[in-house]
Amino acid sequence: MADQNIQRLLAQRSFTELGARQRARALLDAGSFRELIDPFARLISPWLPKQGIVPQADDGVVVAKGLIDGQPAVIVAIEGAFQGGSLGEVGGAKIAGSLELAAEDNRNGIPTRAVLLLETGGVRLQEANLGLAAIAEIQSAIVELRQYQPVIGLVAGPVGCFGGMSIAAGLCSYLLVTREARLGLNGPQVIEQEAGLDEYDSRDRPFIWSLTGGEQRHASGLVDGYVADDVEAIRGELHSLFAQGKPETERSRRHAWFLERLRAVDTSVQADAAAVRSAYQGAQA
Amino acid sequence: MTTAQEQRGLHWFQALTGNAQPLDGLPASLRVADGELAGQAVRYLAVIADENNPFPRARNGEVGLLEGWGLAQAVDAAIEADRNSPHKRALIAIVDVPSQAYGRREEAYGIHQALAGAVDAYARARLAGHALIGLLVGKAMSGAFLAHGYQANRLIALRDSGVMVHAMGKAAAARITLRSVEELEALAAEVPPMAYDLDNYASLGLLADILDVQQVTQPTTADLSRVQEALSRALADIASAPRDLRSRLGATNRAASSQVRELLRAQW
Repeated sequence: MADQNIQRLLAQRSFTELGARQRARALLDAGSFRELIDPFARLISPWLPKQGIVPQADDGVVVAKGLIDGQPAVIVAIEGAFQGGSLGEVGGAKIAGSLELAAEDNRNGIPTRAVLLLETGGVRLQEANLGLAAIAEIQSAIVELRQYQPVIGLVAGPVGCFGGMSIAAGLCSYLLVTREARLGLNGPQVIEQEAGLDEYDSRDRPFIWSLTGGEQRHASGLVDGYVADDVEAIRGELHSLFAQGKPETERSRRHAWFLERLRAVDTSVQADAAAVRSAYQGAQA
Repeated sequence: MTTAQEQRGLHWFQALTGNAQPLDGLPASLRVADGELAGQAVRYLAVIADENNPFPRARNGEVGLLEGWGLAQAVDAAIEADRNSPHKRALIAIVDVPSQAYGRREEAYGIHQALAGAVDAYARARLAGHALIGLLVGKAMSGAFLAHGYQANRLIALRDSGVMVHAMGKAAAARITLRSVEELEALAAEVPPMAYDLDNYASLGLLADILDVQQVTQPTTADLSRVQEALSRALADIASAPRDLRSRLGATNRAASSQVRELLRAQW
């Protein structure tokens, strides 16, 4: 029995340990990876150097075209190791522009699908308003592309997905998380700064995972799949969701359902994980 | 006092909608009403301060769980009502939102998903052919602005120091970027996308119009006319324009956004 477990563990290939470029390559069909605006294009942030911050040649976003299960696809992977995966002008435009072109493909009869590998704190504050503007455009493009093909988001960790990009995650046709993932609008430090330590203790990691971690989000029906940190498992899940096609009703369209549940919440007491799971029972259609 | 506590959004909503009956069935923090502008059907939407909001971190005009999903409901209702009509009513988001709601309840119950609900509805409305205008009368901050206004075909702002677009308040932004507030302000003076003032924001090419008014918190008759004229011009402009957000591209201070798109297209 122990031997079998060891064999299984040895066969697993961790996804979260991979960088953005390796992640995109690992999820596309073998040999089909082709990066657009690669680091040799040297399209760097025009705003970071003048603030004394060393830019990165890909601005922390990798755009790769290729095939997924034999079908045309684009994967956008955010590099969580560069500036916390934050989105500035260039990285943001890479994501928005790719999704816009994927939607245009579909209007021209090419069924390009998209996968977003979300590892991001949201807007890069050093490029604040241009990051925010780009995120509005990313959101618009997701809603547009989603009409034709599923847009699948994956939050693998360790950074998680926050800020405006958590709203973008909420627009995806399907959203997958691992145990390492966290998903929430406001980062713990910001909530603590704005609302105080009693409201949100940013140093209390078990507390934060209990509310925003992948397992809790899945148990509350706020994501569609809870996957192991394993390349093959994630590839398999992507293939099966794309085969399934578009969902009948995206989660972000279910205002009546969510409003009904939220109106029943006792807001005089603080929220905890169990209360959320109970309030959102049956969230997954 | 914040611009939301001044009730700028509520006052502009009242001025623009006159005696129109607000839609019911929505959270008390939302004001939504239908009217007519330049012979066209229009729905006005505002998020307002509600001191009795059941969610205590959303009592000062913040966009929280109920506000995000409530906006989604109000916008979706317009899409449904006009589904079979060639005349899609315009949607005018009156923007005076100090922030999204920051709190434990909000994160726990998925405020990101509630805001996605609002973005989803606004974006679908625009794609369905509803003209969408964001009228900035106060703060337009971060996730709150994404959920209420930032999906618009055109953004129009009133010229006033209280009208402000940004990704994060100064104190929090300073903490997250490991700077002092003074250092942050010094940098913001040099780097247009980091600045908190309207002129720097305008230099990014994201605004269609900036309007001078006499009383930004309590519009005069002349203020109202000026804003209505600008809204009418924008509606006429939108009628013959694409339904996407490309009109925001082109400013010198946003050149990289266009350059990236051109290069992507060339390599696609």
